Amino acid sequence: MKIPTLRIYTIAYLIFLYTPIVILPIFAFNNSTAVAFPLQGFTTEWFYNIAHDDVLFRALQNSLIVSSISSVLSATLGTFAARASTRYKFPGSGPLMGLIMLPMVLPDMITAMALLVVLLSIGIKLSLVTIILGHVLICTPFSVAILTSAFQSLDKSLEEAACDLGEGPVSTFMLVILPLVMPGIISALLISFTISLDEFIVTNFLGSGEPLLSTFIYGQLRFPKYVPNIMALGTVLVGVSIILLTLAEFFRRRGIAKTGSKDTGGFL
Amino acid sequence: MSSEKPTMIEFKDVHKYYGDYHALRGINATIKAGEFFSLLGPSGCGKTTLLRTIAGFEGISSGVVLIDGKDVAGIRPNHRPTNMVFQSYAIFPHLTVEQNVGFGLRKDPRSKEDKARAVDEALAMVGLAGYGKRAAHALSGGQRQRVALARALILKPKVLLLDEPLSALDKKLRENMQVELIKLQRQVGITFILVTHDQEEALVMSDRIAVMFEGQIAQLDSPEALYRLPKTRAVANFIGTMNFLPAKILSEAGGIAEIEAAGLGRMALNVEKQVTGAVSPGGATVGFRPETATLLFDTQEATDRESMATVEEVVYYGDMTYYDVKLDGTAEPMRVSMRNVFGRPVLDIGTRTRVGWSPGALVLFR
Repeated sequence: MKIPTLRIYTIAYLIFLYTPIVILPIFAFNNSTAVAFPLQGFTTEWFYNIAHDDVLFRALQNSLIVSSISSVLSATLGTFAARASTRYKFPGSGPLMGLIMLPMVLPDMITAMALLVVLLSIGIKLSLVTIILGHVLICTPFSVAILTSAFQSLDKSLEEAACDLGEGPVSTFMLVILPLVMPGIISALLISFTISLDEFIVTNFLGSGEPLLSTFIYGQLRFPKYVPNIMALGTVLVGVSIILLTLAEFFRRRGIAKTGSKDTGGFL
Repeated sequence: MSSEKPTMIEFKDVHKYYGDYHALRGINATIKAGEFFSLLGPSGCGKTTLLRTIAGFEGISSGVVLIDGKDVAGIRPNHRPTNMVFQSYAIFPHLTVEQNVGFGLRKDPRSKEDKARAVDEALAMVGLAGYGKRAAHALSGGQRQRVALARALILKPKVLLLDEPLSALDKKLRENMQVELIKLQRQVGITFILVTHDQEEALVMSDRIAVMFEGQIAQLDSPEALYRLPKTRAVANFIGTMNFLPAKILSEAGGIAEIEAAGLGRMALNVEKQVTGAVSPGGATVGFRPETATLLFDTQEATDRESMATVEEVVYYGDMTYYDVKLDGTAEPMRVSMRNVFGRPVLDIGTRTRVGWSPGALVLFR
């Protein structure tokens, strides 16, 4: 009999990958502070706790502010950079794009430390703003990568046609280019938002002590009695992520149906 | 007939460089108002570049381009009285058919209803009445082409530029569209400038054709003149097929050239109608089209002159048979096309045959 090696490998791989995520909601509803089997009983106490935790609420608020602003800024900068690199040839464009993409491969630790040194030496006080600066630096390369492929798949003659039909550069961009790269922009926003939301190192280095989700969770995990709260919080985050991804996929498919372009797979 | 028409476009010594690459090498030409004009040449000959200098997508390095008497240097495409049908059609995929066609009317001061009527009329003109609400991306290639035409013509440009508009269509559809485009051009009376690498397409559609090689216009003439009396062997070979034989000019006087050609012998040619081109260092050449010679199957057929030949290759096309025959005393086989009329046999390779030809159908390249 033939042993289905690849099939077994695939199943084992998926179990290894997703078991922790499945464990999360299980313990979030478990009536015990110890994260261990056997399960004790059903409770929604942990969810009640996180809903009434003022520090968590502040952390969530701060995280939403930081991630929203960071993602909008990095998607905007990414749009400019991607447009420039795909449409115009200028001296030094290669090295320049390399520099923009560098933070993607540079260890976050290095980026964070370097930023911290620079900010402190020019006398800028640490706050949410400095965190946002760091996050934009980290997120922009991802936006550029996503948007470059969006701009590359854009037929150049569409722009020329709009110009030929009487539109100037700005209205051509608004009427033709923007709607067609919109799926890419939405992808870039979502990815940047996610990266910013769970970015820990830069947040920890450049923060002023104001709690954000990532630093808050890290702080809580040191106390065993708060661990079930984190499980509940994790469950909520997983749920929100699934909803967000579903929405993103929905918009992506609608975009494809609307423009009739080829489906090239996932929304990245 | 076209000589009385006013000039629409004029090129005066137009040069274009891309870095070191000399894409346009001194273009001089005039295109008349209401003319169906074609730029014909192999890929890389500069025909598309020349078209794009009219549209304003390419600047020129030196020279002047005049549209309707006005120097268009520095004028952006959106301010030129030209519209273009792109090779890829460039239909906006996120818009409907009517939004595509009405795209250029955004700054038009007319009322919404008037614009909607103009869109409907434009769609009807290209045979797409009732397609307005459809999504542009759901159209077939031929329909996209029509939308692109309607979108350009609705703006009533002085010149419509067509960049290989039929190359993406299959053969049947292409032939239909050729006829439709000619009709449409006659109907609207706008100057059409077509870029194509397809010599048949250019011959079928154009009033005049500029044949381009390597950034220069090799010959600008009517389709018939181009076919009958090409100025160079390159033009002769690009437009249809021509057989060439080495020849010698024995004498030239009183408009008559006395020549001797390999395999054909001595003959007299009319200098004005049959002698062409600049003096070439390799010596003169005489050329004839495959359909101007015939293979003589029976002794009764009469012809001006005849030579003996051997059949080297037979290519059967259904309605036609192409023979490659080697005339006695020549090195290269000549192509002769024969219509397969009823009862006429197809010869075998190796058959000895008589080839009938007429001195009047020959062209001499000096």
